Amino acid sequence: MSDVNYKEIIWNGLWKNNAGIVALLGLCPLLAVSTSVVNGVGLGIATVMVMAFSNAIVSLVRQWVPGEIRIPVYILIIAVLVTIIDLTMNAYMQALYLVLGIFVPLIVVNCNVLGRAEAFASKNPVFPSMVDGFMVGLGLTLTLAVLGGMREILGKGTLLSGIDLAFGESAKAWVITVIPGYHGFLLAVLPPGAFIGLGLLIAGKNWLDQRKAAKAALVQSPEAVIAAI
Amino acid sequence: MSMNSPLVAEKSAVNIIMLKVLAALLPAIGVYVYFFGPAILVSITLASVAALATEAAVLHLRRYPLRVYLLDGSALVTAWMLALSMPPLAPWWLVVVGTVFGILVAKHLYGGLGNNLFNPAMVGFAALMISFPAHMTHWPAPDVLAQSHWSFAQQMDFMFGGALPPGAKLDAITMATPLDTLKTQLHLDRTVSEIQSSAIFSTLSGKGTEIIALFYLLGGLFLWQQRIISWHIPLSFLGAMFATAGVLHLFDPSHYASPLFHLFAGGTMLGAFFIATDYVTSPTTLPGKLIFGAGIGVSAYVIRVFGGYPDGVAFAVLFLNSAVPLIDAYTQPRVFGHAGKWFKGGKE
Repeated sequence: MSDVNYKEIIWNGLWKNNAGIVALLGLCPLLAVSTSVVNGVGLGIATVMVMAFSNAIVSLVRQWVPGEIRIPVYILIIAVLVTIIDLTMNAYMQALYLVLGIFVPLIVVNCNVLGRAEAFASKNPVFPSMVDGFMVGLGLTLTLAVLGGMREILGKGTLLSGIDLAFGESAKAWVITVIPGYHGFLLAVLPPGAFIGLGLLIAGKNWLDQRKAAKAALVQSPEAVIAAI
Repeated sequence: MSMNSPLVAEKSAVNIIMLKVLAALLPAIGVYVYFFGPAILVSITLASVAALATEAAVLHLRRYPLRVYLLDGSALVTAWMLALSMPPLAPWWLVVVGTVFGILVAKHLYGGLGNNLFNPAMVGFAALMISFPAHMTHWPAPDVLAQSHWSFAQQMDFMFGGALPPGAKLDAITMATPLDTLKTQLHLDRTVSEIQSSAIFSTLSGKGTEIIALFYLLGGLFLWQQRIISWHIPLSFLGAMFATAGVLHLFDPSHYASPLFHLFAGGTMLGAFFIATDYVTSPTTLPGKLIFGAGIGVSAYVIRVFGGYPDGVAFAVLFLNSAVPLIDAYTQPRVFGHAGKWFKGGKE
C-alpha cells in the first residue's frame, strides 16, 4: 500500500491519541513507575521495543491467524517479546531492572500493546505497523518522561537521579540538582502525586488544544468568535 | 437568627457565617497563646495571607470577581483550620505550602467554593503530614513543662530562618503529644495508668491542650446556638468515638485510654465542631449527617490507636468526605406520594 499516511501515524501516536494523556491506556505502570525520569524512560523504552516488534510480527502473520483465536496468538507473540526484553534488561541493566520490578513482565498485559496489535497491526502492512507501534510507544515514553520529571523535581528536587542504575557508577555525575537544599515534597513521589500530576498533564494538553482551536477559529471567522464572547 | 421562610429577607450571607466561625475560634486561640506563646498568631497570619493570595490569584485566572469571593471568608476559615491543626512552631514555608496546596488543589481544581469534594484544610494537612512527617511532629511543650523558654524573637528566628538559639536544642522545647506518648509507651509494655502519671498528662487529657479543646467545644456550642451548625455531626462524631473508646477501655483499661481522654486529645474537638461540619463537604440529609459524624468518630479512633500516624482526625474526615455522595444518595427522604425507601441507583 502506498497510501499510508505516516505523518498522521506519527501525529496520532505522539500527540492526538497519546496513550498516556488522551487514550488513558496502561495507566497502572504509568502511574506506578513515573516516580523519576530514569524509571519512566526505562520502562518507556522497554515498551517501545515491545510495541514496535509486536506490531511488526502481528502484521506479518495477520493473513494466517484465524479471527477466533487472534487474541491468544497476539498475547503469545507479545509475551515472547517481553520475555526477551525482560531477560536482556536483567542481563545488562540489572540495577534498573530491579527498580522497575514487576512492571517489566507486566508489559505483556499493557493494553496499549494489545490495543495497537488489534486496532492497527492486524489490518495494516508490516512497515506502517512497526512505525505505529514505535510512535505510540514513544508517545507513552514522552508522557512517562514528563510526568517522571515533574514528580522528581517536586518530590526530590533533582532530575535524572538513578541514572547510574542504567549507565553505571560513572553516570552519577549526570544527576542535576534543580533545587539545592530541598526538603522534598514527598507527596509528589507517592501515588497521589502520580494522579494529581497526570491530571495536570491532561488539563495542560487540553488547554493547548483549545487555545489552538480558538486561534484557528479566530483566523477563519473573527466575527463569529467575537459574537460568541 | 430564626428559621426563615424563603420569603423573608435576611442577611445570612456566606461571609456572616464565616465570620461567626472565626469568632467562635477566638477564645480557643486566646487559650492557645496563653499555654504555648504567641507563635500561633504568626502562623495563623501567614496562613491567612497565603490563602487570600492564592485565592485572589486563582480567581483572577478564572476571571471571577475578586471582591465578592475574597470577602466571603471561606479562604480565611480554611487557613485558620489548617494553622490550628499544625504545630505552632512549624517553619514558615510549611504553613504556606499547606495552605496553597489546600486552596489550589483541593478547592479550586475541583471548581471552587461549593464544588470541592474534600475539606481543603484537611487536604493541606494530609499533604504536609505525608510529605514532611518530621516537621509536622515538632509540637512544642506547654510553657509550664518546657525545659527551656524561648523569647518571641527566638521563636521567630526559628520559624523564619530555622535558626536555633545559641546552645539550645529543639528537644528542649518540643515534646511528643499525649496521643503519641501513649502509643509509643504502650509498645514498651507499660500500662495506660503508668503512662498517664507522667507530667504531660492532666485530668482529662494533655496539659494545656485539654483546655484548648474545651474552648473549641465552647466555640462549637456557640455555633450551634447561632444555628450555624446543627448538632448532628458533632454529636454523632463525639458519641461514636466515645462509644468505641469506651468499649475498648472497659475491655482492657491497661491498654486503652479512657474515652474522655480521646475526646479531649488531638484534633477531636476542633474536628467535630469546626472541620467535619463544613457545609460543602458534609452530607445534606439529617440521617446522612449522623452516619457521616459516626463514621469519622470511629475511623479517627481506629487510625489514632491502631494506625501509624499520631492522630487520625484529618484522615478520617477525608475518608468520610469521599463517602458523602454515597451517603447522600442513600439517605434521601421518601417523597410524599412516591413509594420506595431507598435510592434506586438512578433507575426510573
